[in-house]
Amino acid sequence: MSAAWRIGVDSRRCIGTSICAGTAPEYFHLVGGLSAPLADVVAPAEVVLDAADSCPVEAITVHDTTDDRLIAPQE
Amino acid sequence: MTESAQTTESRSVPPARPYPFSVPDRLVVDPTYGELRENEPMTRVKLPYGEEAWLATRYEDVRTVLGDVRFGRAPAVQRDEPRLTPRQQYSGMLTLDPPDHTRLRRLVAKAFTARRVEALRPRTQEIADALVDNLVRLGPPADLVEHVATPLPIQVICELLGVPYADRDRFHIWSEAIVSTTSLPMETIQEYLNNLWGYIGDLVAERRREPGIDDLLGALVRARDENQDRLSETELVELAGGLLAAGHETTVTQIPNFVYVLLYNPDQLAQLRADPSLVPAAVEELLRYVPLGVGSSFARYAKEDVEVGGVLVRAGEPVLGSLSSANRDGTVFADPDRLDLTREQNPHLGFGHGVHHCVGAQLARMELQVAVATLVTRLPGLRLAVPEAELEWKRGMLVRGLLGMPVAW
Repeated sequence: MSAAWRIGVDSRRCIGTSICAGTAPEYFHLVGGLSAPLADVVAPAEVVLDAADSCPVEAITVHDTTDDRLIAPQE
Repeated sequence: MTESAQTTESRSVPPARPYPFSVPDRLVVDPTYGELRENEPMTRVKLPYGEEAWLATRYEDVRTVLGDVRFGRAPAVQRDEPRLTPRQQYSGMLTLDPPDHTRLRRLVAKAFTARRVEALRPRTQEIADALVDNLVRLGPPADLVEHVATPLPIQVICELLGVPYADRDRFHIWSEAIVSTTSLPMETIQEYLNNLWGYIGDLVAERRREPGIDDLLGALVRARDENQDRLSETELVELAGGLLAAGHETTVTQIPNFVYVLLYNPDQLAQLRADPSLVPAAVEELLRYVPLGVGSSFARYAKEDVEVGGVLVRAGEPVLGSLSSANRDGTVFADPDRLDLTREQNPHLGFGHGVHHCVGAQLARMELQVAVATLVTRLPGLRLAVPEAELEWKRGMLVRGLLGMPVAW
């Protein structure tokens, strides 16, 4: 497993359901009604993938910082 | 005097009002909500069953109650939770908080993303067109509920889940148990739920005999069989049955509600007909405007003391959030009681908020867009075929809607 993940939230896609902030409050919060990561680069944690995979509009992406591989959302 | 005693003293707890405030009248939002948003945004209420609760009526407060992780649903199963139904729910996604909730939600969320749902749009349009063809063949007056609003979402959820549409007459009856408050006797509700779980259980067994079937039920069965800790057999059956039933009672109800509202706003309906590109915005506005729920349900329990709307909610106290009231909050929606299909900023709470935000929201949006667009463009003369006073509304259910809607065109 890689050493770090980069979290992205596409604010054009985000509809502000707050599912991510409820699922992984250590990683996401709502700013002006839309989701934002608390930190862009984080140590790998399953709950981040939970949040990305639970987003109804797939606004959250998680990439491996070393090779830029997309880790979530999964197909 | 201790600090907590001071806080208790400074906290005035008004006597509880009976709730819902009135018997539901068509799709009218009780004016009490507006008064409360203005004067008493956190009020005490007593529902027909269960303990007293706080009721939040302002948009921001409702969002806090539904979205803030200091509130949860899990404590409800140990309490006599405030509810409209004699029966209390002790299982299912709405009785769980993260991380337990996440484990189940993640399994189904993928099937309902905007992208997955978009792929179902052509098929949904095909179904809608066939239903309207049939309606036209039957000729006016014809019941929009029976011939369009009911079969459309049911056929879509059946195909998505992998439930035979041919069995619809059976599970349609059982599905009412999910949204019934007093329309069915308690024993009947339990009997219908048992029938529904039994029926899904048979389909699960079928998927195990024929693994490889590419539908949501097949995917859930595989998820269960690959990792027994991820999903129990009961969870699997209740999850699939819950999705089937929810697919019945929500969009089915909203299609006629939307048409009803549009017919009573003829200028807006004409605008929509002239410019169908307004349909997505119109659907969002209708989701905001139509009070689908009869009252508020599924109270969130404070896990610690939380200040909401100027009131200190004590740890362990239940708080209900009124979606219908939040959606009419004038500090968020300009001219909130006016239907405006061109409204641009529309962060309504029609699908709720937080981790329990409707899992089928994107599917419902797409179905409603297809239904509204198809009806307004293909039936330009759409109108009620009976006087409004003759319309029959649901009673004893969690949702408001028409039992039948005779239309002409």
